[in-house]
Amino acid sequence: MLNDSAYTRRWFLGRSLTMISTAVTLPVFLQRSALAIDNPFEYRDTAGRAGVPEDRVLVVVQLGGGNDGLNTVVPFGMREYYQARPGLGIDEKQVIQFKDRGATGIGLHPAMGPMMELIEAGTLAVVQGVGYPNPNRSHFKSMDIWHTASPETEGQGTGWIGRYFDNTCKGVPGTPGSKEPGPNLCVTIGDQAPLATLGGTVQPVAFEDEKLFRWAGAELHPDVASAYARINREGVIAGVEADSPAGFLMRTAMDAQVSSDQIRKAVATQPLVSYPGSRIGKSLRMVGSMIRAGLKTRVYYTDMSGFDTHAGQQGQHQRLLGELAAALAAFHADLQQQGNSGRVLTMTFSEFGRRVKQNAGGGTDHGTAAPMFLMGDRVKPGLIGQHPSLSKLDDNGDLIYSMDFRSVYAAVLEQWMGANAAAVLGKPFKPAEVMKT
Amino acid sequence: MASVSLQPIARNRWGFGAAQHLLNRAGFGGTAGQIQALASMRPDEAVKYVVDYPTDEEVNIPGAGVDQDIMRPLTDEERRELARARRRNDEETLARYQAIRNQRMAQDREQLAMLQQWWLGRMIESPRPLQEKLTLLWHGHFAVNYRGCQDSYLLYQQNQKFRGAANDSFATLAQQVVRDPAMLIFLNNDRNVERQPNENLAREMMELFTLGEGHYTEKDIHEAARALTGYTYRDNDFYFAQHEHDKGGKEILGRRGVFDGDDFAKICLGRDACPWFVAYKLYRHFAGDIGRPDELTEAQKIVIGAMGRSVRKHEYRLKPVLTELFLSEHFYDETVMGRKIKSPAELVAGLMRTLRTPVRDAGMVSDAMRMMGQELFNPPNVSGWAGGRAWINTSTLFIRQNVATYLITGKAPFKDGWKRSEMGYDATGVLEDSDERGLTPAAKQLPGPGAERVVDRVLGLLLGAAGTGHRREEMLGFLARHENRITNDVMAGLLCVVTAMPEYQLC
Repeated sequence: MLNDSAYTRRWFLGRSLTMISTAVTLPVFLQRSALAIDNPFEYRDTAGRAGVPEDRVLVVVQLGGGNDGLNTVVPFGMREYYQARPGLGIDEKQVIQFKDRGATGIGLHPAMGPMMELIEAGTLAVVQGVGYPNPNRSHFKSMDIWHTASPETEGQGTGWIGRYFDNTCKGVPGTPGSKEPGPNLCVTIGDQAPLATLGGTVQPVAFEDEKLFRWAGAELHPDVASAYARINREGVIAGVEADSPAGFLMRTAMDAQVSSDQIRKAVATQPLVSYPGSRIGKSLRMVGSMIRAGLKTRVYYTDMSGFDTHAGQQGQHQRLLGELAAALAAFHADLQQQGNSGRVLTMTFSEFGRRVKQNAGGGTDHGTAAPMFLMGDRVKPGLIGQHPSLSKLDDNGDLIYSMDFRSVYAAVLEQWMGANAAAVLGKPFKPAEVMKT
Repeated sequence: MASVSLQPIARNRWGFGAAQHLLNRAGFGGTAGQIQALASMRPDEAVKYVVDYPTDEEVNIPGAGVDQDIMRPLTDEERRELARARRRNDEETLARYQAIRNQRMAQDREQLAMLQQWWLGRMIESPRPLQEKLTLLWHGHFAVNYRGCQDSYLLYQQNQKFRGAANDSFATLAQQVVRDPAMLIFLNNDRNVERQPNENLAREMMELFTLGEGHYTEKDIHEAARALTGYTYRDNDFYFAQHEHDKGGKEILGRRGVFDGDDFAKICLGRDACPWFVAYKLYRHFAGDIGRPDELTEAQKIVIGAMGRSVRKHEYRLKPVLTELFLSEHFYDETVMGRKIKSPAELVAGLMRTLRTPVRDAGMVSDAMRMMGQELFNPPNVSGWAGGRAWINTSTLFIRQNVATYLITGKAPFKDGWKRSEMGYDATGVLEDSDERGLTPAAKQLPGPGAERVVDRVLGLLLGAAGTGHRREEMLGFLARHENRITNDVMAGLLCVVTAMPEYQLC
């Protein structure tokens, strides 16, 4: 174990240093690919799998704080559930039950009506009991583990989405000094690119509010705006080597202007459906608009927080799940109207679920396994995998996972994104059966 | 021909540009007046002024002081009560402990935010900028982050240790770090005990802190981990848990003996690879954005090799090594000047020091630091910040441009509109600060108080060696459209455009 962890961490350090040094010494065209400055590749040049269309998009929705899986996908048929949760357990009559015969005794939280509709419409999968060995109950550590897909190193390393780009985006067409802008392959709605998106090839774009993805000084005076625009759109000026630090900055500045134009124009359009006003609703509205505008982005990353329900869970959890369900439903409806629902897969995850037994404060403490949701026309709808046992718990009184999250990642990488999952995840995992065959 | 010499720069090459470069790299920039004050000294005097700062002054403490006990572990009595409550399923008591813990964590985060603002404030205000620049170097070199340590006081305590020994001796710093509670927690050495050694600190001590990769074996790591067993902390201080320490003989890096953690640190410092590695890190922090040790250019190898010999000769004392670098021909070579990408801290503190803008909302500036990728006390992992081009992407570039505009004008990027009354800053002050020596020779000859003088002055002060002359016409045009009247508004606009230029990210 120690050796294993050391190996992976060292691999990471080596990689991150390589990334910097590439920038210093490699020819311009390679360097541009390493930092995604100019348009480094067309999709046809990516090392994709035969038969997988190259315009597919993955949208990640992170549920921060540790979502209470047992009150999300509710095992109302298990006696132990109500024993462990005398006040917090959701009454069988309120649970939204599956029509599917295979799903007896399990249902969704009452706030998740729109998500049950998606299941019935055949576009939402519920993967049960997702976790990993030797679960870590620290928010940071467990979140890092999900981001790096590396429980063995307690989450040290690059991000799994970053490594996906490292593995698939190797082609470097175009000529040195090309003036073409970069394609924003990875966009985060949030104020920092999450660890999951960090690799050595693609620099993710991150903004919470499109107002921060532009220069605010332009509003000071039209002359200020025009001088700024001429300077920042000029690219590499005569007499400056393209590969020099100044050349690199001038290219990035030009790229930023083009990205900003595209993205702000996209999100300014009125969506085809109305979205809820919650933060996740706004984030998914922006993502929907960018997809509609035809951005070449392959991965969008969004998040919502507040799931750390140690006390007074009931109302808070109800609100959060309601927001999530409404936002996902609006997003799916938007994509359908756009005609894009066939090329977008949305995936939710949380760093852990919560303790089976409720605590004295009307809440739940950090636990382990929890469900993931996958939404899209190609997913196998309904319940997937086994609900974890409520009678056989670990020493901490927590659920024992029935599905390794890396199996879900593997399915998404192989069957949706067309990548070599074993290369991205560091070793092979049996893909979870979440996609229609 | 680029100079790779560490010989002192010739007197006649010393001047405004060189002094500005020194202030940028050894500190966080300065006003034209401050640059000129250094430029008017002899180069050796100027370098001594920067490097040999007085250390007898009190380092001011943050705000109302730092609470040492927010994250203190439970007392034995509390621990017993909690254990009892667990056994008896006493939910009320358990809930009370959980609530206390949540409240403490929230309080500690507040203290962390306060400390972040305090340190950035020091970078902006300290009369000894090199001390803060070195503290930042050691923070990134012996990197511990809040995520992993979860105790703001321990990070503050470590920071003050770095500050105190900043320009003194690398040997002191390396010996301190194996006894530093924040580091011991971060790299799990508090769990490194004889019956179950944890190798994390042993490995990083050699790989990242003293020798670099390839200068030790896996066996050295095993043995060094044994030497570090029992190195833990108690009451915010180092504590040697004798009964957890492996008292047997060890063989580390070719030396045999009954070593403890302090011996291990000394053995690392005694290796040939260590002085070179220290020189490499100093060069990377002060002289240039360089690649991995095995990817250096010939010129970089020559200079870092010579610096390494100097580190060894001076037995890890840093002042003579820094003095030699800051005085050297190489440091003022055109392949070095104006070619380093500013860290977010250099950008923010440098802008405020150079233009003397108001402090504005310190919390907002802290947020911007995080968005630019350099949250103080929270480097991404044990290898610190990657630096160089890794700072820059399309998102962070906008944040960089926006934070500069915010500091100059008070215009927050996420707010629509802006009122002149929010500015509260005299942008024309930048023209008053000094005599003519800041102007380029060409500008001095121009008649009258012309626009040329203003533009050259501003470009010279803000871009320094990173300026190309290419932007001069654009900025002259900007002033011409305002009839060359140098009002506060016009100057503020000029400063905003210049600080949003791609080359402003260099120093």
